Amino acid sequence: MMNIIVPIKQVPNLTDELEINDEGTDLAHDMLQYVLNEFDEHALEEAVLIKESVGGTVTVIGVDTTGELDGILHLALAKGADKAMKITGDFTPGTPSHVQAQLIADAIRDMAPDIVLTGVQAADDRDGQMGPMLAAHLNIPYVGVVTNVSISDGKAVVHKEYAGGVMAEFIVTLPMVVGVQAAHQPPRYAPVSKIRQIAKTVRIEEIAGAETAQAGSTVRRMFKPEAAGHAEMWDGTPDEIAERIADLLAAKGLLKRTA
Amino acid sequence: MSNDIWVLAEHFKGQVTDITYEMAGKARQLAPALGGQTVGVFLGSDMATLAASIGADRVLYVDDPALAHFNPEAYGRVLQALIQEHNPRVVMIGSTSMGMDLAASLSVATGLPLLAYVNGLAVENGTLVAVSQIYGGKIQAEAVPDGEACIVSCLVGAFPADAGRVEAGQAAPPVETIPAPVPLDDLKVRFVKWIEPAGGDVDITQQAVLVSIGRGIGGAENIELAEELAAALGGAVSASRPVTDAGWLPKTRQVGKSGLTVKPKVYLALGISGAPEHLEGMRNSELIIAINTDPKAPIFDVAHYGATCDMLDLMPALTEAVRARQAA
Repeated sequence: MMNIIVPIKQVPNLTDELEINDEGTDLAHDMLQYVLNEFDEHALEEAVLIKESVGGTVTVIGVDTTGELDGILHLALAKGADKAMKITGDFTPGTPSHVQAQLIADAIRDMAPDIVLTGVQAADDRDGQMGPMLAAHLNIPYVGVVTNVSISDGKAVVHKEYAGGVMAEFIVTLPMVVGVQAAHQPPRYAPVSKIRQIAKTVRIEEIAGAETAQAGSTVRRMFKPEAAGHAEMWDGTPDEIAERIADLLAAKGLLKRTA
Repeated sequence: MSNDIWVLAEHFKGQVTDITYEMAGKARQLAPALGGQTVGVFLGSDMATLAASIGADRVLYVDDPALAHFNPEAYGRVLQALIQEHNPRVVMIGSTSMGMDLAASLSVATGLPLLAYVNGLAVENGTLVAVSQIYGGKIQAEAVPDGEACIVSCLVGAFPADAGRVEAGQAAPPVETIPAPVPLDDLKVRFVKWIEPAGGDVDITQQAVLVSIGRGIGGAENIELAEELAAALGGAVSASRPVTDAGWLPKTRQVGKSGLTVKPKVYLALGISGAPEHLEGMRNSELIIAINTDPKAPIFDVAHYGATCDMLDLMPALTEAVRARQAA
C-alpha cells in the first residue's frame, strides 16, 4: 500500500488580466481568481494512476494562501484523491515557494510518504520550484520533468524528459519526490455534481502553520514585459482572414498549383 | 566568500549545450563588476576536452563515472559540497530539464537564495540584480538577493551564446580536474537508459509549413480540420504542450522547450497563447501567422501577422482558400 502525497499550489488564472499593485512590487492579488496549478493537476493524475495500479492512498495537501483552497481540494478529491489537508495561518496570495515548501515538508515528514508527486513548476515560482525544495527538506531524492512513473519492489521507474522529446529512464529507491511534467494519461474530468457532493460531505483536515522560511530575495519592481514587436493585426470574418492568409502565402510562392 | 561567478555546464550526449555558453558569456560580462572570475563547473566522465570549450577564466572539472550522464542526486551532492567548500558569489544554473532538478534543492541545502526563470542579469553598485520571467511570461520581477551570494537559474536563449564560447584561435581556459568531493557509490537514483522519441512519425523540424495547434483546438475530434489544412499546404500538424499532454497528438509533434525547436518557412499558430516555453521553440520561424481569440495573447508579440477569429472557423475556410488558389 503506497502512501502517496501530492503537494499542490494555487496560482492566478493566467487567462485573466494580471495587474500590478500600487507599489509596483507584486500582483494586485485581490483582483485575481486562483486555480489549481496545471502541473499539479498532472501530478494528481499520475498519483491516482499509481494508486489504481499498485494500491494505496493519495493525500493532497496545500498551503491556503487565499482562503479559498477548499474549492481546489474538493476538485482534487473529485479527481480521485482520498484525503485532503490544508495548512492555514497568516498567509497571503503569492507566498514564496520556499515558505510553502518548508510548511508542507514539516507537515508531511511524520506521515512517512512512499512517494511525493507535485507539479514540475508553477507560474509563480519566482524563488524556485517546490518539488526539489521538498526533497531537500525531507532529504530524499528528486527527479523532475517526469512524464511516467511506475512502481515495483520499493522502487520507482521514472521517465524524465529532455529537449527534443528524448527521455532518460531512472530507477529510484523510494521514498522520493517526483516533479511531474505530464501524467502518462490526460488528467481525468471531475463532474461538477461530484465536486458539489464532496464539498457537502467531506471534511478537510486543517494544520496550523507558522511562517518559518523566507524567499531569500526581495522584489524591487514588477512590470509587464514590453514586447519587442507585435503582429500586424487583421480584422474580418474567418473567411476574409483565410483569404488574406492564402494571398500572403501565394505571394511568397508557398502555394504550389495542383491543377 | 569569493566573488566568483560559477557557471554550471550542461552536456547532453557528448555535446555541451548552448545554455552553458549563454551563461558563461553573461558571467564574463558581470564578473569584473563583482571583482571575481568566471568559473565553469563541469561534471562528467572523460570529458576534459568538452570542459575546455567554455569561455571562462578557469574550469573546475569533476571527473567521476557516476557523472557521465545527468543524475540529479549525484550532481546535487557534488555541487552542494563544492559550493559549501568554495562559497562562490553567484551560481548560474540553466532553467532546463537538468537545472530545474538542481537549483531549488541546492537553494534549500545550502541556504543560498534562488532567483528563478532569470532573463535579465546586471550588477548595480556591487549588487546583483536579476529579472525573473513569471506568470507564463506575462510578468517580469526585478529582485535582489537578501545577502550577497545567490543561485540564479537562467532561461534558455536569454543571453547570446557566442560570448561564452572559446572560439578558434582563442586560448582555452585552464581546466582543473578533481575527483568527486563526496562518495557517489550509494546513490538512490540510477540512470538506466535513454529513450528516443518514437520513430515513424512526421519530423516536424523538416517541414516548410507547420499548422501548429494549441488548447484552442478544443478536442481530439477537431484535429482532422488541422490535418486537412496541413495537407492542403503540403505541411504537417504540430502542437503546443497542452495538446500533446492531453494525448490529442503524439509527443513527436510538440514544439517548445520540452519538445522540438522548429524553423519552418511558415508557422501558423492556431489557438496557441504563446507561453515562453512554446515561443522558445518557434520564434525563429521565417513567417509566423497567429490566430487566437485573445487579442492580448503573447503569441502576437512574436507573430508577423495575426487575427482574433476562432481557429475552428478559420481552418476549413483557409483549407478552401488554399485549394482554390492551387486549382486556379
